[in-house]
Amino acid sequence: MADNIPVATKALKEDFASDQDVRWCPGCGDYAILAQMKKVLPEIGIPREKVVFISGIGCASRFPYYINSYGFHTIHGRAPAVATGIKLANPELSVWIITGDGDSLSIGGNHLIHLCRRNLDVNVILFNNQIYGLTKGQYSPTSPLGKVTKTTPYGSIDRPFNPISLVLSAGATFVARTIDRDTKHMAEIFKRAAAHKGCSFVEVYQNCNIFNDGAYRLLTEPETKFDQVLYLEDGKPLIYGKEKNRALRSNGFEVETLELNESVENQDLPVHRENSESEAYAQWLSRIGDVPGLPVPVGVFRAVQRETYEQLSEQQLAGAIQKKGPGDLKQLFISGDTWKVE
Amino acid sequence: MKNIQEVSRVTIRFAGDSGDGIQLTGNQFTRTTAIALNDLSTLPDYPAEIRAPAGTLYGVSGFQIQFSSQNVHTPGDEVDVLVAMNPAALQAGLKSLKKNGIIIINADAFTERNLRMANFSENPLENGFLAGYQVYPVDITRLTRDALEKIELSHKEKDRCKNFFALGMVYWLYNRSMDATIEWIERKFSRQPVWAEANVLTLKAGRNYAEATELFATSYRVPEAEIEPGIYRQITGNEALAFGLIAAAVKAKRNIFYGSYPITPASDVLQYMASYKHFGIKTLQAEDEIAAIGAAIGASFAGDIGVTATSGPGLALKSEFLGLAVMTELPLVVMDIQRSGPSTGMPTKTEQADLLQGLFGRSGEAPIPVIAASSPADCFYAAYEAVRVALRFMVPVLVFSDAYLANGAEPWKIPDTEGLPEIEIEFAKAGEDYAPYLRDPETLARRWALPGTPGLEHRLGGLEKQDLTGNVSYDPDNHEKMVRLRAEKVQRVGEFVEEPEIYGDPRGDVLVVSWGSTYGTVLTAVEQLRKEGKSVSFYHLRWMNPLPKKLETYIRRFRRVIVPEVNLGQLRRIIRGNYLVDAVGFNRMKGQPISVSELKHAIEALLEEKNNGR
Repeated sequence: MADNIPVATKALKEDFASDQDVRWCPGCGDYAILAQMKKVLPEIGIPREKVVFISGIGCASRFPYYINSYGFHTIHGRAPAVATGIKLANPELSVWIITGDGDSLSIGGNHLIHLCRRNLDVNVILFNNQIYGLTKGQYSPTSPLGKVTKTTPYGSIDRPFNPISLVLSAGATFVARTIDRDTKHMAEIFKRAAAHKGCSFVEVYQNCNIFNDGAYRLLTEPETKFDQVLYLEDGKPLIYGKEKNRALRSNGFEVETLELNESVENQDLPVHRENSESEAYAQWLSRIGDVPGLPVPVGVFRAVQRETYEQLSEQQLAGAIQKKGPGDLKQLFISGDTWKVE
Repeated sequence: MKNIQEVSRVTIRFAGDSGDGIQLTGNQFTRTTAIALNDLSTLPDYPAEIRAPAGTLYGVSGFQIQFSSQNVHTPGDEVDVLVAMNPAALQAGLKSLKKNGIIIINADAFTERNLRMANFSENPLENGFLAGYQVYPVDITRLTRDALEKIELSHKEKDRCKNFFALGMVYWLYNRSMDATIEWIERKFSRQPVWAEANVLTLKAGRNYAEATELFATSYRVPEAEIEPGIYRQITGNEALAFGLIAAAVKAKRNIFYGSYPITPASDVLQYMASYKHFGIKTLQAEDEIAAIGAAIGASFAGDIGVTATSGPGLALKSEFLGLAVMTELPLVVMDIQRSGPSTGMPTKTEQADLLQGLFGRSGEAPIPVIAASSPADCFYAAYEAVRVALRFMVPVLVFSDAYLANGAEPWKIPDTEGLPEIEIEFAKAGEDYAPYLRDPETLARRWALPGTPGLEHRLGGLEKQDLTGNVSYDPDNHEKMVRLRAEKVQRVGEFVEEPEIYGDPRGDVLVVSWGSTYGTVLTAVEQLRKEGKSVSFYHLRWMNPLPKKLETYIRRFRRVIVPEVNLGQLRRIIRGNYLVDAVGFNRMKGQPISVSELKHAIEALLEEKNNGR
């Protein structure tokens, strides 16, 4: 891990619990995410008062009420806009955007891509349950083709977004995926996202047990998950399977599956590079999960360093003051042509 | 010998192709006129197209100025002098020219092709079409080239100076000194001496031509007006909005965060703000109108002064976020520089038809304070006051301007920066017993607690807030209480701001009530009627919400109330609804300011009606 993770302080996870009752449905995947966040925040070591959670609308977006930090439950899809203003007003804050698949990929799709391209130093946690939960069960922009929901009784004819591919092309500098059931992995990914300087995007596969139960069953059940999930590790080959005996590599633009009989080294497999300069590699990787029969990669797809938006903004401000001197109202008013009336 | 006639009030319109330097000519004449101590008002009139084809009617660029030895409140309805640099400018300008008005024409531009493009089937200089006007056709292009014979510039380059020839003639006609313009040219072209020389030569040639050929039988002099001493500059409404915001930021000792999405006619403000970063102004050209206000709200939450500006269609897009600002009670300034609607409408043309959208265009009960600027220079004070109120009351404030004010310019007496009202902010402090919705008993404002302050962690959001704690609440009584509290807070702004004074007697026959950019027109009409002894008074609103308490008092003291507006009667609807008075409207929607003479007729008709025993 190349990123610099701040050392833990004495804050406890209880310190981040707010006094509000958590009102998600019993069994909702959101609970696991909230629990990991409360656990991870003290470990990250940023004081509570410098943490701001911002959300849009949807089940996930209730999240800020349950964390005892600063928080803002905004309007549908627009959390990235509010976050941009907060971060530019005070770059010292640790800003977290909590959103869902409808919130950030449908009504707020525009804001999400622009947040990524600007590379604002914020962390986006997208709870992807492939359904509209708060409005009680309509298909979402990540629901698969053919999905039968209340608004698609004959099956959805919308093709789903691949959120990882989308934010990669939009320019996010840290892109990762994790699963609600794999809490240890999730905590690790949250810490990495927090440590990354720049726009961090984390997609969490989250189960809605009421309106879309089991959407990720194959990825979470012990019988299937080892063949269905590929854990990305920096500097390691793309290996999966219960016996770690299967590998992926590229053959041109295609994905090739290999059965490993001998040691990995002998197979001459290419290794996963989070900081690969080429975004094409991460894109290739992000599409693997869409191919039937291939495992879904989870972990960090891409982590590269770029100047952040707020850094550039602060530099411009400082540069203008250096060049022109601090603003002087009198000078401003008499700039241009003036005349005096005696 | 020069025959000089004294006049008190003149309106000149310079018109030509976009590339003819009309705006520059107008600005130079304006500056010289201001230095000569006349009161004045100007209106630039740009074509809507960015690069309209030369010679076309829709490509005409105009600049109108009214100047006088007395008060001037408008750029003038009817034009005394039209300077037409081509046939299209003549065609477009004739309808506003006074009978027997002066037309100075660049005859060289009256080619067959240009005549055709301006819809003239014959040359109007030859067929008596311009009978009834004083027409002065001058070969301006040729004479400019002659004057620049010895200058090392191409014909095409020399032709670019010809606006100064026309300006030189007009300077002679109004006995103006050329010094200010010569000084300006020399400064502007200090690094291109050949252009400096060419422009000065052309200016002088124009003046000399008028003098030597005794072109005009008479020249005119407008005596000095009584103008308050001070330092002045020209300022457009959009520039004044930017200055007002910056001044407020300096006074409040906070950064402005200005988020905006380009939209005509508000884009200038973003451009100005982006160039004043040394005042700590942060600008964001957002991905859309919604993000622009969202980012401004976020910035306000984190301690900057959040500001966004737009025009009507953009305000519609911002309305959901405005509701969030109402609910979360954060300071915010939203500026709507209105243009003709609905929909895309006529983006470069003015209108006042967003009033009801601004006052009511949000879901739920979401009142906000609304202030309307009355002149280009007043945009400065409106923006400044909006910031003050937003910070004091923790409330989003809407500022109305419009395309007429945005592009119009007038002399602005530069204020003494120390004399501007103070803006003090008291943030919640670490360690205090903080409740997000605990209110100041006087203003009902809640306290502003900035992220980063230990111990004041709290959550805001669009869900209804429990009184005091700010926790989410669905309690019926609490909701009603909060709806009323938010409305009452806005009403209390009325006790903090000054109410406008009535112009004229406090009782009488007709009261004219208006708002926004119609100020100059209405004042001029009422001034003229009062001089004629008519019982007319004028009350111009500044805060549209809350309305001044005196408004009702005055309404009851007049027999009739008339409300002139550039819309179908939006303020009139409010006045009728609030005070149950049979107010009548005077409504024009031509994308232009209303005219003084038309308004006068409407008021006169109302006075007549009364005399006829209504």
